[in-house]
Amino acid sequence: MNGSAPSPDAVGDWEDLVTTALLGTDRRPPARLAPGRPAPVALLDAAAEATVRRRAGLRPAPAGRRPERAPEDPRPALPTAAAGRLAALLAERSGGTGGGRRGSSPDLMELLPQWLAAANGHGYAAPAQALPALLDAARGRTDLRPAALAFAGPRALWLARFNPDWRFALRSAPGGDAALPDPGDAQAIRRLWEEGLFAERVALLGALRARSPEFARELLAGTWPTERAEDRLMFLDSLRAGLSAADEPFLEKALGDRSRNVRATAAELLSALPGSALAARMAVRATACVALDRSGDGPVIVVEAPHECDSGMERDGVVATPPVGRGERSWWLGQLVEAAPLGTWPGRLGGRDPREIVALPVTDGWQGELHAAWCRAAVRQRDARWSRALLGAPSAPEAGGPGAVSLAERAKLLATLDPAERAEWVAGFIATHGLSEAFQLLGVCAVPWSAPLGRAVVDALNIARDAGSYPWSFSGVMGLAERCLDPAEVARLQSLLAIPDEHEDAAPGAGGYWAEAFQRLVTTLRLRAAMAEELSPTGAAGVG
Amino acid sequence: MGGSTVGDMTEQGVRWTADQVLALAPDAASRKAGGRLGTAGPWSEAGSGKESVWGLCKGSGSRPYQTVVDLIGPAYKCSCPSRKFPCKHALGLLLLWAGDDGSVPARTEPPDWAEQWLAGRRERAEDKRPGSGGGAADPEAARRRAERRAERVTAGASELEQRLADLLRGGLAAAEQAGYGLWEETAARMVDAQAPGLAARVRELGAIPASGAGWPARLLEECALVHLLDQGWLRRDRLPEPLAATVRSRLGLPAPADGPPERDRWLVLAQYDTADAKLTTRRAWLYGTASHRIRLLLSYGAGGRAPELSLPVGLALDAELSAYPGGGQFRAALGERFAAPAPAGSRPPGVTTGEAVARYGTALREDPWLESVPAVLERVVPVPDGEQWQLADAEADSALPLTRAARSRPGLWRLLALSGGAPVTVFGECGHRGFTPLTAWPEGGGEAVPLC
Repeated sequence: MNGSAPSPDAVGDWEDLVTTALLGTDRRPPARLAPGRPAPVALLDAAAEATVRRRAGLRPAPAGRRPERAPEDPRPALPTAAAGRLAALLAERSGGTGGGRRGSSPDLMELLPQWLAAANGHGYAAPAQALPALLDAARGRTDLRPAALAFAGPRALWLARFNPDWRFALRSAPGGDAALPDPGDAQAIRRLWEEGLFAERVALLGALRARSPEFARELLAGTWPTERAEDRLMFLDSLRAGLSAADEPFLEKALGDRSRNVRATAAELLSALPGSALAARMAVRATACVALDRSGDGPVIVVEAPHECDSGMERDGVVATPPVGRGERSWWLGQLVEAAPLGTWPGRLGGRDPREIVALPVTDGWQGELHAAWCRAAVRQRDARWSRALLGAPSAPEAGGPGAVSLAERAKLLATLDPAERAEWVAGFIATHGLSEAFQLLGVCAVPWSAPLGRAVVDALNIARDAGSYPWSFSGVMGLAERCLDPAEVARLQSLLAIPDEHEDAAPGAGGYWAEAFQRLVTTLRLRAAMAEELSPTGAAGVG
Repeated sequence: MGGSTVGDMTEQGVRWTADQVLALAPDAASRKAGGRLGTAGPWSEAGSGKESVWGLCKGSGSRPYQTVVDLIGPAYKCSCPSRKFPCKHALGLLLLWAGDDGSVPARTEPPDWAEQWLAGRRERAEDKRPGSGGGAADPEAARRRAERRAERVTAGASELEQRLADLLRGGLAAAEQAGYGLWEETAARMVDAQAPGLAARVRELGAIPASGAGWPARLLEECALVHLLDQGWLRRDRLPEPLAATVRSRLGLPAPADGPPERDRWLVLAQYDTADAKLTTRRAWLYGTASHRIRLLLSYGAGGRAPELSLPVGLALDAELSAYPGGGQFRAALGERFAAPAPAGSRPPGVTTGEAVARYGTALREDPWLESVPAVLERVVPVPDGEQWQLADAEADSALPLTRAARSRPGLWRLLALSGGAPVTVFGECGHRGFTPLTAWPEGGGEAVPLC
């Protein structure tokens, strides 16, 4: 509080007192000595008086530049109970020492993403005082950022300007929707596109592509030749959303791009359009390599991989040089089959449907290569029929799919199926193969899990418990179940809470740990139900 | 009046908010553990009534823990072995109760194990009240004891005066080289002299030379104020009585809180802890909604334990406070409480930044050693400006800088977030080092947000 300064005299006197005190009265006697007081005491008297006088005379300082007001957040406020819950979830984060056994109480931090998604779904505004903790949480966990920043809203961006720790929020402004010009204002959009920073332009293109794919492409085409190669790559990538046959001419032109990465991305996008000229060219090349041989006992697929990668193939995005350790010819074959429309194959292979094609034997050990390429094609072309065929029956003994299909690929194939079918397949898989391989597959299932899937998981956990192993072998699945199981399943779990009798081949004490793990599962499900209830506008009225 | 009558009066008592419950936690770990137990899962036979909450919590053992909370207090009892107060079970139980999802029904009768403890507690509270039996000691002996102590304090103050004079004769620059040890030893001498107030001040003197630029001026100021206190004591017979009482209180001489009981609805403005190696000190600032007085309650916890008295911000309690003696003193003792704390729903009226510093200046007349006074600032805008933060009047070109301590607290960001550039109401401590914000209220209504 420097405030209106005391008279220059007083300041000078005080400076003088400090100098004397620093040097000592023996060396520098005070200017004014009170009669009958030793020099140091007189100094202290004067200093005490000056100190109290200065403190008593303090005035406010002139105000600095006030920050401009944060933009209004028009969203409705959180219900009280939900605001309390948010505070608890965020407090858990800052408490932060995970480690150790989790016991029977829920892991609140893991519920934050779900809570944020639900709150965003309802369209609530974040309480202002929670913004610092939200920004800190988003800073620590990049996976939380989009949802946390969307929830935190415009005031968080205002706030982030004042704290260097929160710069990330300004860089990754969610969707940038707030900053985007009005969709009808073509002129403003063009200006932002031509003058904006790279991040703003990417955000603009992405948002525009979602609303009006044609306009977005035209905007991009207008400045295409002048963009830098790495920018072209990013912009091209944003066409992935809303891709349609109308994009083909533009993409076809991009096949001639100077940058190899741009060419490869253009080729990939074109191959996802089964009607494109590129897809047709790839189909010709791929079918030349794969044929049906009826000369033997039954029909078999014979494969004759390409002998060279010509310039036409390269132009269509085929990468000529294989990674270390892979043969050139199988590498080229994989790329051709992956990029060829799947619809080509029934005609080429005797009118068979995908299931029958996948069941055909393949000669000379080409099956792995061929099926893997089909898997990639099914994922890229989002072809549910082929995915279903390649996944096979979930109960098949070879762990649900052709040997070449890894868990990761199966997870991707599952993603092309609709949610109900996906859940059903995973439920079937778990019923046959148990939980040890199921983690990745469960990760692609829609939350909350459908009833059949939830039951399959609970049953499998029950079986695992009866088998006598420790629950932490299943901690990954348990964690998922806590987050994804439908809270309505709580009733079915009640019977699992008791500590079972220990049978002789069980691991010692496992029963107690299982009861604890199930207790945590039940508690977490109840908590999730309570969270959802608190956030629903009707539920909030009761709690108020 | 018996406790049960009081209980019946506010039986439907408003439940606390989760924030208020979490504010009771002695540390972050407890807050976290309590948060996990704040769900119906582990609890059974829970209930509330008669200003208390109870329940059985399933732990790792075979017998569930018995947890009971007396909301007048609040006070806690739990059969778990934790030495924290409140333990995680008590916190979890209160959270569950605050959540009001039906798992802690109201208006029920406590089970025997809870009833016994509650009854015992409230009987003791009864006994303590009217003119407790403490006065039985021999007044003559007490007078002689006080005299002996005064002699020792006089000897201590004279010795300290001598040391200060030596210091200034040789110069503060020399003292800087002597380092911390010199002050530690002098502080120990003041402890021996039974003048803990002097001891604490001397210890603080020792830290100043390491406090950065401008330390000689700060050291001289503080030395001068110690000198003023010594002189006040040595000439106390010539001081007006309120000032003499202030001197005694600043020296750390014990005095009973013998002010007349002031019954009011006391709004909890702020509560925060400071801790050193041996002692945790909890300060709670209260505002009397009828008397407009601001009072300070202190409570202590030894050896890392949290002080038992806990008053969450935003609650108001109907209680009597008695002031400690001394002019310009805010400290009071909590007397009888008439009901459990309940959400206040109101905020204190405030002043401008100019009025707040003027009040500090005026208060120095009665207590020149005062570091700061409590103040509610109305319509101020937090102004972040690199290292220099201010609270600026919304309607005038004047501002108070924030203290250095306040600038390093996370509450600072909550304050800025809450304001969003708009004027807010802020309660805090206003003194010669600047303003320390402790609690804020948003523009246009909304609950108190603790900043400390």
